[in-house]
Amino acid sequence: MAKNPNQLFGKILIANRGEIALRIQRACRELGIRTVMVHSEADREAKYIRLADESVCIGPPASAASYLNVPAIIAAAEVTDAQAIHPGYGFLSENADFAEKVERSGFVFIGPRADTIRLMGDKISAKSAMIKAGVPCVPGFDGAVPEDPKEVVKIARSIGYPVIIKASGGGGGRGMRVVHTEAALISAVSLTRAEAQAAFGNPVVYMEKFLGNPRHIEIQVLADEHKNAVYLFERDCSMQRRHQKIIEEAPAPGLSARALTRIGERCADACRKIGYRGAGTFEFLYQDDEFFFIEMNTRIQVEHPVTELTTGIDLVAEQIRVAAGQKLRFRQRDIVRRGHAIECRINAEDPYTFVPSPGRITSYHAPGGPRIRVDSHVYHNYFVPPYYDSMIGKVIAFGDTREQAIARMRIALSEMVVEGIKTNIPLHQELLLDEKFLRGGASIHYLEEKLAKRKQVG
Amino acid sequence: MDLRKLKTLIELVESSGIAELEIQEGEERVRITRAVASGSASTVVPVALPAMTAPVAGAVAVAPGPSEPAEPEGHQVKSPMVGTFYRAASPGAKAFVEVGDSVEVGDTLCIIEAMKLMNEIESDKSGVVKQVLAENGQPVEFGQPLVVIA
Repeated sequence: MAKNPNQLFGKILIANRGEIALRIQRACRELGIRTVMVHSEADREAKYIRLADESVCIGPPASAASYLNVPAIIAAAEVTDAQAIHPGYGFLSENADFAEKVERSGFVFIGPRADTIRLMGDKISAKSAMIKAGVPCVPGFDGAVPEDPKEVVKIARSIGYPVIIKASGGGGGRGMRVVHTEAALISAVSLTRAEAQAAFGNPVVYMEKFLGNPRHIEIQVLADEHKNAVYLFERDCSMQRRHQKIIEEAPAPGLSARALTRIGERCADACRKIGYRGAGTFEFLYQDDEFFFIEMNTRIQVEHPVTELTTGIDLVAEQIRVAAGQKLRFRQRDIVRRGHAIECRINAEDPYTFVPSPGRITSYHAPGGPRIRVDSHVYHNYFVPPYYDSMIGKVIAFGDTREQAIARMRIALSEMVVEGIKTNIPLHQELLLDEKFLRGGASIHYLEEKLAKRKQVG
Repeated sequence: MDLRKLKTLIELVESSGIAELEIQEGEERVRITRAVASGSASTVVPVALPAMTAPVAGAVAVAPGPSEPAEPEGHQVKSPMVGTFYRAASPGAKAFVEVGDSVEVGDTLCIIEAMKLMNEIESDKSGVVKQVLAENGQPVEFGQPLVVIA
């Protein structure tokens, strides 16, 4: 598909749903690009669908038959004459086969090339590529864990306990197991292999040192097809439960500018070395003033708004520009950051048991006020379907300081009304008063420890 | 009023016993007329739609002419996929089915083409073809009604 660098696209098909589909649609409309929204039968009545220029029903409610249905999505692009497909996050966004089929069918895939997705999707090859590119990684054994139990024991000893076994085909917290003692090692490896085979169709596992008290700090990057790459600073996403991020912020509290510049440069350099294209995120564990690469996400992320609010750069629009063959319009020194942004993920779930709470929102009122941003597809009387993940929106607060952002978020959440379903707003309100959170710099284990304590007491 | 809605209204008029339909939605007004073979007079009832989702057929009180086909009752065969609808195996070939044909379960009704592959859509009901709801070469989505069998 020939690309004219002076023109973006005539029409983009948005292969996703919910808040990110709406986000992409907004970027397209601002750029004067027509939109096609694909949807399952469960999302047919959703109002954000009607805001698109065209919509195509691609399948029944189940994701496998709709949002993961490659032929249906490509067929939808064909019948609507779209030029490009934006995969959003989740679903097919990091599916290399999908990216390949999209391009072979004559459409532009808004994201990296298929081989880059494949490289980063395999966690072992991703790590090797990063080591070669000079990005610091979690200390561990280079390559797949061998079959021979004697070798496995030797490897674990050389790394030093505790170790973590990870599925090469996994990622995002799935397919992992921590081992504290040698006695538990072999069975842990077998179990993780079996789970990996079942979940990802790939039993290959690797082993790393398990960091006891790290923070999750990630670097946002943007690269074009002309070998330009920049880093858009970091985000701190340490408030997690079961590897799911709940609160994210930028900048990371207490991180020295020098450390950030050093790791940022390494990431931008790695992008140039591997020929990365589009938006991406390098995820690190940060402990004892050191960064350790864990994985790279080759897509736009849920928490992109905190970067957008602190840098003033529209990441989705930049994704579209890069995909259309344009050069990055800014150099590293042009990217300036100011202020502090915090994002709270609003989920349709019980705030204490975390049981999902689909159903009709009988009363809805969104917060507002200075520097409050709400990214959500829901509205009064919207029916939250039970087939997809529980996130119904994100509330982002910006302030000149972290304290001001937190204060504004507290006010915003106090104004927000979502009735008819349960949400995790009460949990957020509790966390926004939590001493450790207010101090900043909590580790990725903190939230779960706090929840465990609450369970014991309550 | 968007094109898709207009199209649905036109199809509704075509497949029902209505000769003429006029709808007013706020400032917008649409009148759809169908040439009536029997020549019998039908009453045109202007309808003001209070909401976009008000069902059209139920709101219009019209006596259909004796030789006009009744509203289609029957089983709707819906599209199982996204693609382009074709009535025949190739351009110029005879259509798989015409209105009035008898079909058995498993008979090919049409083709839906997607990604350069032709998919034969088989009937899941036996009976007589009452209506073909999609046009040759028209893009169809998942769940879209294609053929009515009674």
